[in-house]
Amino acid sequence: MADLTVDVAGLRLENPFILASGVWGETGATLARALRAGAAAVVTKSVGLRPRPGYPNPTIVEVPSGLINSMGLPNPGIEEYGAEMEEALRPGRPVIGSIFGATAGEFAALARRMERWGVSALELNLSCPHAKGLGAQLGQDPGTTKRITAAVKAAVDIPVFVKLTPTVASIAAIGRAAAAGGADALVAINTLKAMAIDLDLCIPVLGHGTGGYSGPGIKPVGVACVYELFKAVRVPLIGAGGVSTGEDAAEYLMAGATALEVGTLVLRKRDRTFRQLSRELARFLASRGHRSARSLTGRAHRGD
Amino acid sequence: MARRLTHRPRIVTITGKRAETPLVSTLRWRDATKARPGQYVMVWVPGVDEVPMSLCDIGGVKGIAVHAKGEATSALARLRAGDRIGIRGPYGHGFRHKPGKCLVVAGGTGIACLAPLVEKLARRWPRPSVVVGARTRSELLFVERMRRTGAEVVVTTDDGTAGRKGLATDAAYELLNRNRYSQVCSCGPEAMMRVVASLAQCQSAPVQLSLERYMKCGIGICDSCAMGGLHICVEGPVMDSRRVAGLPDFGAFRRDACGRKERM
Ligand SMILES: Cc1cc2nc3c(=O)[nH]c(=O)nc-3n(C[C@H](O)[C@H](O)[C@H](O)COP(=O)(O)OP(=O)(O)OC[C@H]3O[C@@H](n4cnc5c(N)ncnc54)[C@H](O)[C@@H]3O)c2cc1C
Ligand SMILES: Cc1cc2nc3c(=O)[nH]c(=O)nc-3n(C[C@H](O)[C@H](O)[C@H](O)COP(=O)(O)O)c2cc1C
Repeated sequence: MADLTVDVAGLRLENPFILASGVWGETGATLARALRAGAAAVVTKSVGLRPRPGYPNPTIVEVPSGLINSMGLPNPGIEEYGAEMEEALRPGRPVIGSIFGATAGEFAALARRMERWGVSALELNLSCPHAKGLGAQLGQDPGTTKRITAAVKAAVDIPVFVKLTPTVASIAAIGRAAAAGGADALVAINTLKAMAIDLDLCIPVLGHGTGGYSGPGIKPVGVACVYELFKAVRVPLIGAGGVSTGEDAAEYLMAGATALEVGTLVLRKRDRTFRQLSRELARFLASRGHRSARSLTGRAHRGD
Repeated sequence: MARRLTHRPRIVTITGKRAETPLVSTLRWRDATKARPGQYVMVWVPGVDEVPMSLCDIGGVKGIAVHAKGEATSALARLRAGDRIGIRGPYGHGFRHKPGKCLVVAGGTGIACLAPLVEKLARRWPRPSVVVGARTRSELLFVERMRRTGAEVVVTTDDGTAGRKGLATDAAYELLNRNRYSQVCSCGPEAMMRVVASLAQCQSAPVQLSLERYMKCGIGICDSCAMGGLHICVEGPVMDSRRVAGLPDFGAFRRDACGRKERM
């Protein structure tokens, strides 16, 4: 059988598939469920300093090839999240703590707390497309990206991943800034800003108006971003966006990813998501005579 | 035509609105989608919110019984025939009904999700027993509707203003002593359902409970309704009591919109 193990910035993973932030991640028990269902690691819901209810419902709407969500970063706040972490850590596999804030200082404080709760790595949400003064509004600026990354790096000893938004003129420039700030890996991509309008009522469906587009429809965007980042930086890349089959995963690996994050697929596959992806990727590797998932990383760049 | 997207509200026009009690009104609309007793829909009140509501009518005309509590439910209660709302669903696991005699125990607006079940069960023999409990006479819901099904109906009020004075669980206790039941179905406050589940243990009848938790996506991904790693929105709202008994939050904690645990 093909070797599915990968190493991301020192994090040894049994397979390349990680549960993406915001899906199944508000509670520790559900994160543990994903790990027991075969996820090599999980990313927590993005957590901030204070409790936050998120945006009014509707917060989710289906569109062809995916979903638009405007959850609005609901979370119980970093203090309360400690209890969730205890449960998430029970299966004994890596948990990655996603955090969001408005300033470098907030990020550093959250990072220290997450490290204390026992996460194996941090993921900085500089990419949520629909929150004012947070997420993508910070991650669209190279200087801010570098400053926040450096502040978190100085605050903790665990690896720091930076999650990027595709909604920028040059994702390579943002990736370079994160790497210059000391990022140990980059995650691409978060959702794309999007909207759905109800044709009978003539108003946006989502309570917040706009949201983030995820699922199969954004996969080609994610693949292009990973491809560009692979050329621009040396740090390992984690691909995300519409991974639904083992072949999707292979495409991201060839573009330059070392591991994958998976979110929207969980809607359809639930507990089957991760084992099925691993099985499909192994079958793909075997069918093409590839010995390992690792060996695929960046293959699309040969002769570039 | 574009594919109908499952998880997108379809706009329906309210065809009927009725005040059932001072606090509860029913809204109805024509809707051909298939639904089972115990399932719920996400109801979009444009410009206000989208909230989960059990279906109290599951045929070609669908209905919800709305208890006006806060912003969204009060806005729903103000709507009239001709107004439009958005509907996603029906969602979730409903009641599975097995052959044999069934005991149905409803507390407060819990009867809303149980009424279609009773109507289905009462068409066959043996007749089900139904306990309809409320705090006081004016809050009793669907009593006549339940009587019309031919089921054995026991009404209880905490203050004795109608039916028997006492709790729904008192009546359930007596019925369980008097008859043999092959299953028990219940919806209401969790403290009540906890008692129902333990009472039914002596008959080793399987118990199905309908749970409520804060719901946002309704499709099992956002995790806001999670209890012990289970999603009430898709693995519930109706669950076997043995599964529920293993959830430490049952009868004790719920979560708010932030995901914070609060004591019930
Ligand atoms: C599966 C299910 C079936 C339900 N069936 C019915 C029914 O048949 N009739 C009925 O009157 N009510 C029903 N409810 C409860 C109903 O959804 C809430 O009362 C309603 O959402 C309150 O909204 P509000 O803005 O009026 O009140 P708020 O003032 O916002 O809140 C009042 C209470 O309702 C809770 N609540 C608020 N929003 C939600 C939400 N999105 N999901 C769950 N709880 C929420 C709050 O936590 C609070 O405890 C059901 C809930 C669930 C989960
Ligand atoms: C309901 C939902 C909530 C999300 N919440 C977060 C979040 O809190 N933080 C974050 O960084 N990304 C969040 N995301 C984005 C995902 O982590 C992921 O980057 C994106 O959905 C693309 O992957 P996918 O197509 O596999 O879902 C969310 C996505 C969805 C669908």
